[in-house]
Amino acid sequence: MTKEEIRSKVVEIAKEKLGVEESRVTDEAQYVKDLGADSLALVDITMALEDAFGTSIPDEDIEKIASVGQTVDYVMSHIA
Amino acid sequence: MERTRVVITGLGIVSPIGNNVPAFEAGLAAGVSGVAPITRFDASAISCRIAGEVKGFNPEDYFEKRDVARTDRVQQLALAAAQEALLDSRLDLQAEDRERIAVYVTSGIGGGESLESEVLQAAVRGPSHLSPFLIPKMLVDSIPGTIAQRFKLYGGTSSVVSACASGTQMLGEALEAIRRGDADVIVTGASDAAVTMTGIGAFANMRALSTRNDDPGHASRPFDKERDGFVMGEGAGILILEQLDHALARGARIYGEILSQAVTSDAYHMTSPDPEAKQIVRAMRTAIERAGLSPLDIDYVNAHGTSTPANDRTESFALQTLLGGRAHLVPVSSTKSMTGHLLGAAGAVETVACMLTIKNRLIYPTINYATFDPECPLDYVPNVARSSDVQYILKSSFGFGGHNVCIVLGRYAG
Repeated sequence: MTKEEIRSKVVEIAKEKLGVEESRVTDEAQYVKDLGADSLALVDITMALEDAFGTSIPDEDIEKIASVGQTVDYVMSHIA
Repeated sequence: MERTRVVITGLGIVSPIGNNVPAFEAGLAAGVSGVAPITRFDASAISCRIAGEVKGFNPEDYFEKRDVARTDRVQQLALAAAQEALLDSRLDLQAEDRERIAVYVTSGIGGGESLESEVLQAAVRGPSHLSPFLIPKMLVDSIPGTIAQRFKLYGGTSSVVSACASGTQMLGEALEAIRRGDADVIVTGASDAAVTMTGIGAFANMRALSTRNDDPGHASRPFDKERDGFVMGEGAGILILEQLDHALARGARIYGEILSQAVTSDAYHMTSPDPEAKQIVRAMRTAIERAGLSPLDIDYVNAHGTSTPANDRTESFALQTLLGGRAHLVPVSSTKSMTGHLLGAAGAVETVACMLTIKNRLIYPTINYATFDPECPLDYVPNVARSSDVQYILKSSFGFGGHNVCIVLGRYAG
């Protein structure tokens, strides 16, 4: 899976789960600060990422993926 | 001491016969049925395949897309009805003290659709896939929570659950809360959305549901000899209850007055009414006494009237006991003949119908009435609406668990 493929999947999940326009889902955009996520939405997004990428994201890693860009990097380094 | 008087100043509804009050009102007057084949899920393996579904309801008219996924249909229907009721009341929420406005809204079942779909998914994929939104979607009290949050009403939230008597009991509790001085205004009522595989399947296995699948429009036929069970409906009814002085001070339109409630328990069987109906009669009599009236004053009964053999027989017997020789002179009708049985929401939706009866001086009929049952010998206002200058209404609701709840409603005459 290429980085662009990962990015487009992450953007799709953020759009669906947070109901925001695609233009707002930039690499720098933080789920809580910029996209209106609350703690439940973060769990929901994490579960969707796990499903989409077949990986498991431990709770302690959730804070490492605060932004879209961080999520893409995290997924890149955690899937084979 | 003179008791605080409480009036109804706003109505809202989403129902199988109309998704707002004007549509509901027209449906009641015309005597239409909202029952049709089930479309919300595949019911082909269930003996009952018909229901009173809400048609053409789009939650995105009321919620942002992301919040649609975070709410159950039961909350969405309630929010829509609450919005209509608040608009109808013409309360100026910006000017009102919103710490004096409470939200008492309940449900018989709560977010059953969400629970079902999450359990089915978890059974296949494991519990790590349970949605973090499941608990707030399934809890009954998330319904008033959703409404309070939307309209920023800080006066307290409550949900009283008593199966199919929930809505009526909730209205009674709201009445008492205003009398206690807890709030000046209460957004109250109930919602249910249980047309699901578990909701229909489990009630069907109790043999509680009609199996008249080939003739859905005639399946809900309360008090008719050929009735064979209830037809489940879904929807929400919301009423604005208001302390009389508060309503008068702001020049509110008053639909009617809620005078009293009474609650008794059969303590007999979880799902069958006590055939002697002693506690049903006591609930009726106590509510009438608490309203300062006698049974002679009641000029219309909006029945529980579910279309099950046992309910309609027992309720008719109770009314004969209560009203005595005058029983056959008092019109009794069942809104469920048109809407189906909205479980916990039924009493709230039917109280909205009662307010429209007072407003329009029109008793809405029991439709699908064709064959006389000697065990149900009263005047059920068969099939056609009837003009009547109704003053006092007895509204009954009964629920599995042996809950008997009656309220008395009246025309407001100053």
